[in-house]
Amino acid sequence: MQKSNDEVHWRRTTNLMLTHLAVWAFFGYIVHMFVKPLNQIIIPVLNFPLGFYMAAQGSLIAFVAILFVFAYQQDKIDREHGVAEDD
Amino acid sequence: MATQTAAASSDFIRNLGRLYGTYTGGFIAFVVLLALLEQAGVPNRVLGYLFVFFTLLVYAVIGVMTRTAQISEYYVAGRRVPAFYNGMATAADWMSAASFVGMAGTLFLLGYDGLAWVLGWTGGYVLVSLLVGPYLRKFGAYTVPDFMAFRFGGTFARFLAVVVLVCCSFTYVTAQVYGTGIIASRFLGMQFEVAVFVGLSGILLCSMLGGMRAVTWTQIAQYIVLIIAYLTPIIILSTRKYGIPIPELTYGQALQEITAREGQMLQQNLAVLCTATNCPPGSLKHHIEPFFNYSPLNFFGIILCMMVGTASLPHILMRYFTTPSVREARVSVAWSLFFIFLLYFSAPAYAAFSKLEVYTNIIGRNLADIRPWMFTWGEIGLIQVCGKNAASVDAVIAACKAIAGHPGVVRLQDFVINTDVIVLSTPEIAGLPYVISGLVAAGGLAAALSTADGLLLAIANALSHDIYYNMITPLRPAARYTVIGTIVGVAVLAIGVFATGASPVYGLPWNWLLLGGMAVILLGVAPFWAGATSVAKRLIVARVLLLFVAVAAAATASTRPSDILAMVGWAFSLAMAGNFPALVMGIWWKRATTAGAIAGIIAGFGLCIAYLVITRYFPAFGVEYLGMTSLYNPATGRPLIPDLAKAMAAPNAWEMWPPLAHPLANKVGWFDLNNINCGLLGAPLGFLVIIVVSLFTKAPSAEMQALVDEIRKPRGRTVLEEKTT
Repeated sequence: MQKSNDEVHWRRTTNLMLTHLAVWAFFGYIVHMFVKPLNQIIIPVLNFPLGFYMAAQGSLIAFVAILFVFAYQQDKIDREHGVAEDD
Repeated sequence: MATQTAAASSDFIRNLGRLYGTYTGGFIAFVVLLALLEQAGVPNRVLGYLFVFFTLLVYAVIGVMTRTAQISEYYVAGRRVPAFYNGMATAADWMSAASFVGMAGTLFLLGYDGLAWVLGWTGGYVLVSLLVGPYLRKFGAYTVPDFMAFRFGGTFARFLAVVVLVCCSFTYVTAQVYGTGIIASRFLGMQFEVAVFVGLSGILLCSMLGGMRAVTWTQIAQYIVLIIAYLTPIIILSTRKYGIPIPELTYGQALQEITAREGQMLQQNLAVLCTATNCPPGSLKHHIEPFFNYSPLNFFGIILCMMVGTASLPHILMRYFTTPSVREARVSVAWSLFFIFLLYFSAPAYAAFSKLEVYTNIIGRNLADIRPWMFTWGEIGLIQVCGKNAASVDAVIAACKAIAGHPGVVRLQDFVINTDVIVLSTPEIAGLPYVISGLVAAGGLAAALSTADGLLLAIANALSHDIYYNMITPLRPAARYTVIGTIVGVAVLAIGVFATGASPVYGLPWNWLLLGGMAVILLGVAPFWAGATSVAKRLIVARVLLLFVAVAAAATASTRPSDILAMVGWAFSLAMAGNFPALVMGIWWKRATTAGAIAGIIAGFGLCIAYLVITRYFPAFGVEYLGMTSLYNPATGRPLIPDLAKAMAAPNAWEMWPPLAHPLANKVGWFDLNNINCGLLGAPLGFLVIIVVSLFTKAPSAEMQALVDEIRKPRGRTVLEEKTT
């Protein structure tokens, strides 16, 4: 049986959500579990220890990027399935 | 008439860029003008007053100009706020006195571990956008309890959601009003309790008349002030020190200098290193080393609770009800985080520069040539050296002489600084004119006011829209009067109990004045009540309640509950445990049933609040009956209470509602879990209960499942509109 347009739309939406959730978990938690080894690496020129930098700036930049990318991708999915709002 | 208003308002939306551009220019011109006045010899105190009163005036003018008597304008600003500006308003809504004044100080004290707060208070927006916000926008609610009531079968779910909302928002707003009081008292030299009420009147002027609409446009104005105020001093400091006006890049150098200086201080016996075997108070914890202040469990716990709490806090979620479309709601979340990010990624720079200044120019100095900036703060007890307020060189020398074997230079363990000082003192450390200090004060005030506005509005909306309009009005008259009577009775009793315990200000029994004032307001409203339309009644109720909640918050704040950061943390954990499972399951799992959600909210929220109240206020009960044990010191791994049996046998162990200094309070728990992280217990339990109970109850009706499908598709009118037409 052919899946309805709505079902496909929701499956793609769910997958997109899970993908971004995984990226979020990586930058929110996983990378900080390795703070001690990462602190051994000093970013050239700026002189930040990498572990500290990730918690202070790196992850934050990643979060902002996730949100803009997600807004763009979700809108694209909505348009392809004809469920986006009129402009 | 209606079309005229619509045309005028779309004009207004189109001109937003120019309006706020002019406003920003005007604000900068105002700062320059004050700088010139300072050069002309106007005293600092006067400059401080000008700053605070001028900015308050501007917010009040915006508040009055955007007043409204339309329901949808009052609750959701007419759903016309563009993504970019809603992002700015959300950022101001979000960033409180705790962020503006407290964050850098926390990072100063905790070093790397403090970054848990930075991460936790930013990453949550990803969850808002992925899981909750856009769907609630499509649903078309006025408040978060609206959604709960619709999805989970009506009045009881609505009531639970209101309880959760009031608990977390009230905890939060108390901390904000407290912050307003600190800033106003420090810069205007007012008595703290008076300052609280002055700040409060500023808050009320903005939000009383225009609801969400007024709050939105003032919050944007407040964001502009707060971000200019936060970045200016540190940009100047960075330029002076390293020649580059981007502090976020240059503080890497400062971190390296701090690490080098830490080693030097240890070598010269100026500090004691905190190690696993010996970590006395005041000992040195390396700035970039993790897990000396929080154990890894609590570090990641704070991150998770703050993030999930973000996606559950009603005053944040309701900001995304105001955008014109679901698409704009998503973009708006991204802009929100961008504007928040501008402040949060600068806070660690404040901490690093301040720490370097303290380590190089105070620690290791001869007592006689300590840098004078610290005496201003020492005078009011915010900096202590050798256990005494560092009010002057002589005071410091006398205090240190009293310590046996003191070497005559300041050691790290001699130096205690209140975290609020870090941001507020940076202009003085950098040797900037007073006008910059005034700017920082205005920024801190803007941060506290904007958050308090949003929170008060969330509470008042829930009480007026959810409790009054949706729960009380539909009742039969007899039942209605019983309910209203009971509520008023309990409120009067609560205020009465509080009033007898509070202290007078300037010799006035101000709590009785407050009660009298409330009575006058009620009597003043009464004559209009009978003749008012139902819409007018709803707005009258909203405004009167706003006033009452605000006064209650100010009253609580003026009793000075301690530790703002912990209170804010509690608010997030409570929101997480109470709202998150039900919201997410309601949207993402069609099978979630009314019984499941209600049981889940009660179990999750109940566990979280019980853990919090027991560990804070009834620790002995927890130890005796619930198997709680002492929390551990993260640096040494030893229990905070070395001998629990002895502490339990002490006469004060069972004291009721003990102060923070109580030997057991906040120091016991399960699994070494700090009570800030009670959401970590509550939310998983909430999810589990929702799933299990839902599977044991009958699936939601096909109609309900179809409506959930509607929420998932951006196209079309909001679900609530569909239902009512």
